[in-house]
Amino acid sequence: MAYSKKVLDHFDNPRNMGSLDKTAQDVGTGVVGAPECGDVMKLQVKVNDNGIIEDAKFKTFGCGSAIASSSLATEWIIGKSVEDAMKIKNTDIVNELALPPIKIHCSVLAEDAIKAAVRDYLKKKEQKSA
Amino acid sequence: MKNNTIKKFPIYLDYQATTPVDSRVLDAMLPYFTEHFGNAASRSHEYGWRAEEAVEVAREQVAALLGAAAPKEILFTSGATESNNLAILGVAEMYRDKGNHIITSTVEHKAVLDTCKYLETKGFEVTYLPVDQFGRVNVSELRAAIKDSTILISVMLANNEIGTIQPIREIGKIAKEKGILFHCDAVQGVGKIPFNVEEFGVDLVSISAHKMYGPKGVGALYVRRKNPRVRLAEQIHGGGHERGMRSGTLNVPGIVGLGKAAELSNQLLSEEFERITALRDRLFKTITTKLSDVYLNGHPAERIPGNLNLSFAYVEGESIIMGLKDLAVSSGSACTSASLEPSYVLKAIGVGEELAHTSIRFGIGRQTTEAEIDYAANRVIETISKLRDLSPLWEMAQEGIDLKSIQWTAH
Repeated sequence: MAYSKKVLDHFDNPRNMGSLDKTAQDVGTGVVGAPECGDVMKLQVKVNDNGIIEDAKFKTFGCGSAIASSSLATEWIIGKSVEDAMKIKNTDIVNELALPPIKIHCSVLAEDAIKAAVRDYLKKKEQKSA
Repeated sequence: MKNNTIKKFPIYLDYQATTPVDSRVLDAMLPYFTEHFGNAASRSHEYGWRAEEAVEVAREQVAALLGAAAPKEILFTSGATESNNLAILGVAEMYRDKGNHIITSTVEHKAVLDTCKYLETKGFEVTYLPVDQFGRVNVSELRAAIKDSTILISVMLANNEIGTIQPIREIGKIAKEKGILFHCDAVQGVGKIPFNVEEFGVDLVSISAHKMYGPKGVGALYVRRKNPRVRLAEQIHGGGHERGMRSGTLNVPGIVGLGKAAELSNQLLSEEFERITALRDRLFKTITTKLSDVYLNGHPAERIPGNLNLSFAYVEGESIIMGLKDLAVSSGSACTSASLEPSYVLKAIGVGEELAHTSIRFGIGRQTTEAEIDYAANRVIETISKLRDLSPLWEMAQEGIDLKSIQWTAH
């Protein structure tokens, strides 16, 4: 299978790989996918008081396209407001990485991971203010 | 003998998929493309005689490899897929009035399984025997599956994915005792482990040239002529070549290549068995000394020398293959197959889907060197370590979280 240069680059040099403290109040964690489906993504965001994503980290179990999609997602959301991060569509990832049709689910998973992480952060914030 | 170097990148470790043509095989074939180009069926001139002679030499070479009583028992085909089709369809059609039941196993090659499925649509009944955790058929289960209507048992010598060797000798005894024909797809085992149609009690055997350093597009089917005399309904019509069981002009250069490949495999068998087993064990040992959570798929002892199938927990197969760019290996992961289904063989031996996604098959063969094995082992260790650092599952496992306790969001 031929991969695009961008997929190969993210695979060889994953951006923002790692973990943030999932117990911290300003960190939201999203884990999506399932091992038996062959892909699991964990994406985390650290949000400042102005609602801007200051940092993001990921870890992914999956094929090269899944790893690249989540690596790209972290790169895109850092510096964005949580509202703007929620607007990222899987099709943006497909276009940027030139993913073939068989790999579209990887981009869907990355979109879901962003949403799950942001929602987790918002939930923590709500509980804190409640 | 073998110089201990790395010849070329990517390092070829996929010998169960195919093998390079041995230079001695190629040399034997070449004159039959140009100088001796005759049709082996031409009885009226020197060109035809020469081609026929070469085909008969190859028949003897293949017969010798299989331990056949007579060269006449060897039919040449276009490959093992055709041999398997001819054996199964040919028996089914010829012995239809005796019964309609066939016994095979769930881990057979698709050329056997799909042929059996086809026969099910034509009124045949097929029992697909399950296998144990190592991929072996249980002989008492096989015995219990036999009915009055059973006309054929088809079980492979060794599995192409996990390398497990089946108890062919025991199955052969049962088949003989019950008077049922026994076909064996021996593609992955013949020339690599001792095999003999008389000792093993097999009536039909499929082999392929390109799995034993011969050319692609040629294979053979052994068809027993005595005790019992096996008859086959021909599946390709037109001219009555090969004792009327397989029509079509013979692929003389290919057949010469198959013959030479068979002769070489026969000569080199014990030497290669030892050398390749040592390489495989070295690869396994080096990897498992450095990495934890690596599981061997297939039988620990009853396996062909050149096969090592491993599951690397917590990392996905396609990403492993991508990381191992300079190794040519294959994966049981869904992502690398056209079907998006993980390997049915791994499923049959009870490997969970999450581990099936993490499996890699290393195929070692005649040209593999120790230097290549050491390089490969180090690349595997590096790549798996890197991918585990990237894996959320590995992280959870290190934290002591039971992955089975998590509610995953399937998608």
